[in-house]
Order: sequence, then structure tokens, then C-alpha cells
Amino acid sequence: MNGTEGAAGTEAATGREGATGKEGAGGTAAEATPVPEDSAPASASASGRPEGKRLHPVTPWRRAWAPVAGLVAFSVHDFERTREWFTHLTPGWLLAAFGVLLPVAAAYGFFSWWFTSYLVTDTELRIRTGLVFRRTAHIRLDRVQAVDVGRPLLARVAGVAKLKLDVVGTEAKDELAFLGEREAVALRAELLARAAGIAPDAAPEAGEAPSRELLRVGTRTLVTGLLLMGTGWGALLGMLLVPVVVYAASGSVLGSLVTLLPALGGVWASTGGRLLKEYDWTVAESPDGLRLDHGLLDREHATVPPGRVQSVRITEPLLWRRRGWVRVELEIAGAGKDKGGVLIPVAPRDEAAVVLARVLPGTDLAAAAESAAPVPRRARWCVPLLWRGYGYGATDAVFVTRSGLIRRRVTLVPHAKVQSVRLSQGPWERRMRLADVAVDHGANGWTAARLRDADEARALVRAQAERSRTGRRTARPERWMTSQTGDGERSDERDIERPDADRDGGAGGVGGASGASGASAEG
Amino acid sequence: MTTGTDEHEHDHDHVEDRGHGQEAERWHGVERALLRMRRVVLLCALVPSALVVAVLLALTAGPAWAAFALLPAAAAAWGWGALERNWRSWRYAEREDDLLISRGVLWRELTVVPYGRMQLVEVTSGPLERRYGLARVQLHTAAATTDAEIPGLVPEEAERLRDRLTELGGARSAGL
Repeated sequence: MNGTEGAAGTEAATGREGATGKEGAGGTAAEATPVPEDSAPASASASGRPEGKRLHPVTPWRRAWAPVAGLVAFSVHDFERTREWFTHLTPGWLLAAFGVLLPVAAAYGFFSWWFTSYLVTDTELRIRTGLVFRRTAHIRLDRVQAVDVGRPLLARVAGVAKLKLDVVGTEAKDELAFLGEREAVALRAELLARAAGIAPDAAPEAGEAPSRELLRVGTRTLVTGLLLMGTGWGALLGMLLVPVVVYAASGSVLGSLVTLLPALGGVWASTGGRLLKEYDWTVAESPDGLRLDHGLLDREHATVPPGRVQSVRITEPLLWRRRGWVRVELEIAGAGKDKGGVLIPVAPRDEAAVVLARVLPGTDLAAAAESAAPVPRRARWCVPLLWRGYGYGATDAVFVTRSGLIRRRVTLVPHAKVQSVRLSQGPWERRMRLADVAVDHGANGWTAARLRDADEARALVRAQAERSRTGRRTARPERWMTSQTGDGERSDERDIERPDADRDGGAGGVGGASGASGASAEG
Repeated sequence: MTTGTDEHEHDHDHVEDRGHGQEAERWHGVERALLRMRRVVLLCALVPSALVVAVLLALTAGPAWAAFALLPAAAAAWGWGALERNWRSWRYAEREDDLLISRGVLWRELTVVPYGRMQLVEVTSGPLERRYGLARVQLHTAAATTDAEIPGLVPEEAERLRDRLTELGGARSAGL
């Protein structure tokens, strides 16, 4: 398969050289030629199917459990009526039901699979879905914030995987479910290679970039860490207390049992669920970015390309402090504010610092935490106890804030990711000559340096605006494998497009399209 | 830029150098029509309610109770002054690389938006605002928490600002 693809690739390359990197019909046709042998017949496009590759044939079955589960839930909910129905069921009815429902469901499953296809072009991933309402998603590869390969338990049994893409500006992740396992990994490699700016012709065969393991969280550490967390115990205590209180108040056993259920869910989420999800957590480094592999039953393999991290939060629960353990979470644009991903569930501080240095180049965790200066003493009149926890600092690379007393949190935002800076001051704060400074970052979040001295805060806003401006200039290009000077194609989703005068003065006169072709010729 | 602003009458434009920045900052205020509009809205809400309260209480509970109508009246009087203070507090400055917006009397806010971070610049004008010849400019960055908005500009100034911001945004554009 590799050989034929290679041949097609070189043919396409010679064809495209004349077209100067234009991604028109020619380029698309060239990309569509390599067809996976396993599923799609070569004559597929001739029979009216949309161009591109198809998902794994197991896909239609993934929703098959839903009607069955609905039926079961209904029969449990209303047992008497279901039994009554069953007594009325005659073989004729059953036959009719199977004769009509099954073909309809099968046809729906088949056609929705048939009409779903994806296609990788030089700059985009195109996904077409929909039987009645057609939807075509064009995902720009240089805007991809993260690529995940997910393998839920059942999918692992069937040998398939789904591919999820985080893109800025979309609420939900775009996903391709399901692909063959090998196909999913190959597609991820290709997408990342193209997003990195590797020459388009080499991208399909570039293969998986080699990775180097940075950190592996042992089961022992993970379990100990979970046991030492307050949340699990708090949820357990709640689970025991709430039903007792409800029983004492109402005297009904059923009522207290009903309150037990959500509490049980809470306990599970903060203990067992987390153990299953964070089991065998591995962080590896590759030219494509950071690889996160984890999960006991459902395996997840996430890849975060370099330079996509908008903010990092280091949490230190009270009972972890003696052991020097930390938890590291990161925010990526497109993943949504509450879905902040975990980078390291639990690890010793120095090991976490090594990983963090890869995520935010030029950042030393110890130095950053050190730089956070405490707030003035008079802040105790604004926030009585917690004022001791607040702190702010800045290094060359990141904006640092500290908060929390029992559960200490240090938040780092790279200067280059700061979208805007805000200073705010309430009446009481003004009386105390204090002010808050908040920075907004691209993952729809913000972090605030609270209760700074008012003059300091005013100077800080200006300094931070200046720092983020210069930080942006030195930030690495969106396509991280292209060189810094040959910045190549730079276009944004904004109303005006023009070459970046700040960064590449040399290419200033060259338009976007010819710039792109130049970059691909170099590589 | 200077010709553009000189065309419109601004009540409290002034140049300010705080010693931090290298360049002097030229702060612009917002149009006085905004204050007029807000005062009209305030009076439209509070004067009829004061009258209704006065009449109802005088008819049902007795003339002495009608004194409660002084409450909305007092609120209107206080709001009259508060709106002016609030209006004075709205200012913006275009610096070389970023836009500053300052507002608020009791709760003061200063927002700094670098031009390179703007994703979208919006000029809107509601029916009431159009009646008073006003428009507002709203800036969007990739962070939804950035609430950078300048109300009460004359449409020409709003459009000039929009064009200038998009132009500068294009020149200084940066990815996420």
C-alpha cells in the first residue's frame, strides 16, 4: 500500500508543481487517488458517492445499542404495561415489526455510513456527513489545537478507534468515528505532519514522529494521590451524611435512597472514575508535540502540538505537600473552559517541572513559583483570610498568579497567549489603594493577579501589554516545522488578510498563495 | 487621525502623559448625546412611576402616603448626576500597539486590547441610538471574557475606528 501511495504522491507532486500550490480541483483529485484497500472499492466515486475515504464498516453498529437500551429502560420503568403488551404480541405482529423496523434501521445505518466521508487536502481536513441534512466541515490543519485518538472499551474489542480534533471556535470536537485502529494512527500522523508544515507530498508517508517518554505515573502513586485528595473523602462523607439527614427529616427510606444515587455518582467520579481514566498516564515528547496516553478500559491518546497551550495550572492539595506532589492541568483553545485537560494527574514537583519545561519552553517552574510576590498586608481588609494565598509574578515567558491556602494553585499564562489585559478596582479596593489585574487568554479563560497595590497594578497593566506584544513576536510559527524566517502562509480568520509586516519583512511583498508554494518547495 | 477627530466635537479630549509609556496618550471621551439619551431613558422610567405611585397612594391610603413618590424622584435625581459621572468616566485611547478603554466610577475598569489580537470589530447602532446619532464599537478577541466596548460614538468616528482597528489588526496580526 505504501508503494502505490508513494507513486501516486510523486505523480501528484509533478502535476501540482505547475499549479503553484493552489488547492483547487487538481490538488483535490490528486489527494483522493490513494484509496484504502480494505473498505472502498475503486469504482466508489463512479457510483455517485462523494469523494474521499469512508469510515470503518463497524460504524453503523455503534448506535445499535441505543434503541435496545431505550426499550430496556422503558420496560423497567413501566413493568406492568410492558408485560401487558407482550401478552398481546402475536407472531404476526412480531414478524411485521422485524420485517419493517430492521430493514429501516439497517438502511439508515448503511446510508449514514455511506454518505460520511473524509478527505485530507494540503491545508484542510474535509468531513462530509448527513443523509438528509448534508454537512461539510472544512477544518484548517494549521488551526488544529489537539488531535486525540480515542479507543473506548467496545471499540477496542472491535479493533477500531475514533479521531477527535480540537479546533478554535467550535463548541464540540469534530470527530471521525470509527476508523480502523491502524488507519486512525496513520491519519493522525498525516494530519500532524501537514499541520506542522512538512512538504505536502512527503506528509502521507512521514509516518508517526518518534516519541520519547518523559513521565509515567505509577499505579501506586496514582492511588495514593487519589486517597490523599480531599474531594473523594468529601464526596464519601456527603454520601453518608445526606441520606441520614433526609431520613431524619422525612422518615422515608425511599427518599433517602434516592438522594444516595447522585452522591454515589459523585463519589465514583472523584475516585474510581478518575482511577480508570488516569490509569497508566504517560507523557511523551515528539516533534509533533506532547503525547498523552492514559486509561484502563477506555484508552485515550491525545496529541497537543507545540505552542498550543494557553494556560497551565499547577495544583497542590494540602495532603500532597509533604510528599511534594503536584497536579498539572492545561487549557487549550477550542477545548472549552470547563474541559481543561489534565497534563499530569500526580507527580513529584521536579518531574512535573521537566514536563512543564517542554510545554512552555523557557519556563522554569521553581523560578516561576518563586517570582510570585505576596500581596500588601492591608489586603487583609479586603479578603480576610485568603489574602495570604494571593500572589503575582512574571518571568520572561509567563504571567504567574498564585492563590489558595489549603489547595494551592499556581497559574501560568505565556505572555504570547495573552489576548487582553484588564485592570479593575472596586470602591473598597480603592479605599485600600488596591486593584486587580486580569489577563484573558485564548482558551476562553482568564487569570487574575488580585489585590495588588494600585500604582503597581497600573504599571503592571502597561508592562504586561508590552510583554505580550514582544512575546508574540518571538513566538514560534503556527506551522511549527517551518523555519521561523520562512514563515510562509499566514492567514487568519479575520476580515483583513495581509502578510505579517512585523515578523517577516523579507516576504512582505509576496502574496499568501505564492508564499505557501515557496514554503512547500523548500521542504 | 487628528483630522478625523477634530471634525467631531469632543467635550473632554485631553492629552495625558503618565510617565510610564514612552508616547503621550490621547484619550477621547464619548459623545454627549449618549448622556442625553441615557438621561431620557432614566426619566422615562422613573417620572411616570413616581406619578403612578403618588396618585395611587393618594387615592387609596391618603395624601400623606403620597410622599413615597419621592423615592423614585430621588432616584431620578441621583441618577441624573450618576449618569454624568459615568459618562465622564468612559474614555478610550489608541496607542501604537493597543487600544485602551477606561470606564466606571465606583467600579473602575481599564481594558487593554492589543491590535494584533482583535478577531472582529463590530459597529452596532440600535433604534434609540440611531435617533441620537450614536453607534457603538465592540471588539472581539479570541477570549470571550474580553469585554471591550465603546458606546456613544458618532457613526463616522465609529467607522473610522473600525477601519483603523482592522487595518492595524491586519498589520500586527498574530495567531492564537
